[in-house]
Amino acid sequence: MFDWLDKFAGWLVFDVFGMQSGMHFTEAVHFFIYDSIKIVILLLVVIFLMGIINSYFPVERVRKFLSQNKLYGFEYLMASLFGVVTPFCSCSSVPLFIGFVRGGIPLGVTFSFLITSPLVNEVAIGLFVGLFGIKTTVIYVISGILLGTVSGIILSRFRLEKYLTPWVKKIISEARREEEKFRSESTPFSKRIPEIWTEVLSILKGVIPYVLVGIAIGGLMHGYIPEGFFEKYMSKDNLLAVPLVTLFAVPMYSNASGILPVVQVLVSKGIPLGTAIAFMMGVVGLSLPEAMLLKKVMTLKLIGIFFGTVTFCIIVSGYIFNLIL
Amino acid sequence: MNKIVKILGTGCPKCKKTTQVVDEVIRKNDLDFSIVKVEEIEDIMMYDVMSTPALVIDGKVVFKGRIPTRSEVRDLLI
Repeated sequence: MFDWLDKFAGWLVFDVFGMQSGMHFTEAVHFFIYDSIKIVILLLVVIFLMGIINSYFPVERVRKFLSQNKLYGFEYLMASLFGVVTPFCSCSSVPLFIGFVRGGIPLGVTFSFLITSPLVNEVAIGLFVGLFGIKTTVIYVISGILLGTVSGIILSRFRLEKYLTPWVKKIISEARREEEKFRSESTPFSKRIPEIWTEVLSILKGVIPYVLVGIAIGGLMHGYIPEGFFEKYMSKDNLLAVPLVTLFAVPMYSNASGILPVVQVLVSKGIPLGTAIAFMMGVVGLSLPEAMLLKKVMTLKLIGIFFGTVTFCIIVSGYIFNLIL
Repeated sequence: MNKIVKILGTGCPKCKKTTQVVDEVIRKNDLDFSIVKVEEIEDIMMYDVMSTPALVIDGKVVFKGRIPTRSEVRDLLI
């Protein structure tokens, strides 16, 4: 798919810049040019497509759908799927959480949404396709959805309502919801494009600096770290790697954008893909800043149960990935 | 009479950008509006918004979910 880009990058590096092949730095620059352009193109496409879907399914409509339809157990899966197409800003996690619960959506289902949303989003997908290829991306997306669905179901068994903070319980009981008319019922597609496009550019502007830095670091690592370097320490047989790496990752927070290019290079240098993905999920899916925000609505115990369950599921995913990839 | 537009947001970059956009529209069009920033989550949750930033005029949520464009703000305020 991107052979033309590879040739273009090669032309730039060798013919235009006149760099010497075989040198570490040349490798790094070649990688940087190729990857940056490829990823920007992919991000543009994926973010735009997601933007279209999201234009027809804003969060308010998702809430209405989930609270009004009898889904016979599939509501967790639906919540998770909606989490994929809804952009996630961690500053919105509290309003979103309250909004869902206020709207009558059970806690477990709300969690499914909250878990998958940061993990599987348009930026992560675009980056994954560019860095790891379609097959791995599909597996990642499916596992992110399953992770949200399964965690939500597990959490629903715990009767967690009593662990919400008094403040949130009060807000929920005072629920007042305006009847919502959704844009999708009135605006034609062509009118939506300008605002979707503005949103695409705005997301790209926010994400590209991190991506470029990540690719630059990745590029240097690509050029300078020898092949198979990490295999000694992190082979698939090292059973402790996945849990350790996940536990290390959970308190951290980074945009998928900065971390993914680095992860890709690590993998190409010998870290098993499953371990790397567990790390990424831990970093992106859960974080200390998010826990701080959630303290407003969840008691520490609930946050602990929530984080613990998701961490456990990530670790399991990591092992499974190592087995099948 | 001076009207108020409330901007709901906890202070993330999107909320700051929204304030900039609204402020610019008010100044450029010489509108009789003042901005009130609602940054505490307790106050934000008085309104039924699920994603910030959001704009509130006369107690009604008129915009939510993303940074509004200048023309969208103009349409709301004028």
